[in-house]
Amino acid sequence: MPMRRWWDRAQPVVGAPGARGLGVGGEEWLQVARDVAASGGALLSLWITLEDPGTRAPRTDSPSDTAVYCAYLTDHGVLIVELALAPEDEEPRYPGLEEIFPAASRLQRAAFDLSGVRSSDPDTRPWLNHEKPYEFVRVDGEGVHEIAVGPVHAGTIEPGHFRFSVVGEKVLRLETRLGYVHKGIERRFCGLPILEGHRLAARVSGDSAVAFSWAYCQALEGMGGCAVPRRAVWLRAACLELERLANHIGDLGALGNDAGFAFGLAQFSRLKEDLLRAISAAFGRRYLFDIVVPGGMAVDLSQETADALAVTVRAVCSEAIELRGIYDEHEGVRDRFTAAGCLETPLAVRLGVLGLVGRASGLGRDLRVDVPCPPYTELHVARAVQPGGDVAARVAVRFDEVRESGRLLMQLLSALPDGERAVAMDSPADGAFGVGLVEGWRGPVLVALQAGPEGSIRRCHPHDPSWQNWPALEYAIMGNIVPDFPLINKSFNLAYSGVDL
Amino acid sequence: MLKTLRKIASIGLVSEAAPATDELLRVRSALDERITSVLGHALCIRHVDAGSCNGCELEIQALGNPYHNLEGRNLRFVASPRHADLLLVTGPVVRNMEAALKRVYAATPDPKLVVAVGDCGCTGGILGECPASLGRVSSVIPVDVAVPGCPPSPVRILQGILTAISAPA
Repeated sequence: MPMRRWWDRAQPVVGAPGARGLGVGGEEWLQVARDVAASGGALLSLWITLEDPGTRAPRTDSPSDTAVYCAYLTDHGVLIVELALAPEDEEPRYPGLEEIFPAASRLQRAAFDLSGVRSSDPDTRPWLNHEKPYEFVRVDGEGVHEIAVGPVHAGTIEPGHFRFSVVGEKVLRLETRLGYVHKGIERRFCGLPILEGHRLAARVSGDSAVAFSWAYCQALEGMGGCAVPRRAVWLRAACLELERLANHIGDLGALGNDAGFAFGLAQFSRLKEDLLRAISAAFGRRYLFDIVVPGGMAVDLSQETADALAVTVRAVCSEAIELRGIYDEHEGVRDRFTAAGCLETPLAVRLGVLGLVGRASGLGRDLRVDVPCPPYTELHVARAVQPGGDVAARVAVRFDEVRESGRLLMQLLSALPDGERAVAMDSPADGAFGVGLVEGWRGPVLVALQAGPEGSIRRCHPHDPSWQNWPALEYAIMGNIVPDFPLINKSFNLAYSGVDL
Repeated sequence: MLKTLRKIASIGLVSEAAPATDELLRVRSALDERITSVLGHALCIRHVDAGSCNGCELEIQALGNPYHNLEGRNLRFVASPRHADLLLVTGPVVRNMEAALKRVYAATPDPKLVVAVGDCGCTGGILGECPASLGRVSSVIPVDVAVPGCPPSPVRILQGILTAISAPA
């Protein structure tokens, strides 16, 4: 059991339940990665911390704090691995993980653009740095031509560039080029007091505000030894499930629309508005920004307000189930959903796909079940898994999760424990390190946080599962026709801001 | 099919009245009254995300739900800036989107209006100006109306759009 050996050597890390950290030497870096892969684990994230985060270049005179980190999701919990970079190197390098975990490639390229530290990955094209020229992979052959789309898209969505290589209307290859909304979030964190960083965390990807701010607070509260009141933890879970519900309901409408069924968009967008208005009546905001705060929650609910919210949630979920029947019986919709954008299980495993997209390709991982944090330890979440890997499977997982989130919300809102909504907390000590890990609506959201002196942030790295799932979209579209791309893309609904940082 | 029709009939019309315009949102008035009176009859809108977190996008999408009856008010989102009268711009303008935003603005035919949406679009927001971000929208293209909020509600965004196409009070 080689994985067990690493796990036993690792030291506990505060924040996410069961998290551990491990410092390794050069040879071990790749061995850990191989053992994690062999034991069925997944790469969550990879990032580089510089001695002086204010400058772009690593300081090689004192490199002990210049290190590359990666986070793995294992059966035991999250494992953070740290590789300190060699002091004598003027241009430090580390072994790339791209052959073991393909998703590492873009993470390593982005890390280079931010830190100037290169991996051994032969793909050295820039990722976040758009000032340098970028070469797309060319597809040659008779009749092959390229379609370039973006960064500004036809609909109201985030910017990114898609390069299709096609024959007729059949897609041979898709290459996504992101980084358009890179706004220097990691550096901005370093300018904020650590007790206010949750506000920026919520805005890493606005559709996942609760997931990111909770993950941030989980890391921070672990570092500060803060015991969050039970009531606050239940309210956080209610907010996380409301966020999941609102996003899934919105997606289900958009997916109907992309399949030519405008009725679906009209109905689901109406339901989403009903839900947002109920959320606004309960929490004073339609989207749940700045509600998960260090030490607890910014807003409490009276039982009367909680009951009123529960009434709307029940109505929205029951209408969604009714609409599922209409989608299932609609031959045109069924025809478009079935077999479109198929990501089969072995490929999903190889690509290390996470979250909702993974569950629709037969990968059952769900943090709420596998390594639950309170209150999920008491809630017994039923994971939604579909083996198909096509648009229909991703639609089915969303419907299943709408029902499950509805059930969880009934439980959460009807039995909120007594107690405070928040407790005061102090800034953690300089150098303290913690991780937060929360199952957002797209999948596992990770925040790695290190405290600086006098209540500052030395380093904060947020990670969205879209990093892993964007390359999977490129495979899922192969062999499909260009007009099916919007539907297939929507069924993934991946973050741009969340990965561009 | 019967279920679909029954659902449509049982829900009925849910459209709500339009909000009043709000002069406080106006940054400048570049159009004379005759033009606004013509534009006011039918307006094509192009959305540009210049660096947003996707929060404002969700509320702009919500403008399209049946409660807000956008097309009933002669407002329509279009796929190209070449078809647009008004640009709805979100986010702080990040460096990697600066060129795209300027090109979109240049491609929009005159006379054109710009509504900056959200705290980031209005002031730079929590991100402000940094090496990767130029901050507020008006630092890159002229802005007529600025709608603050994080994110602003769809009603507030609609109010901003209606203010932009109304004659200054």
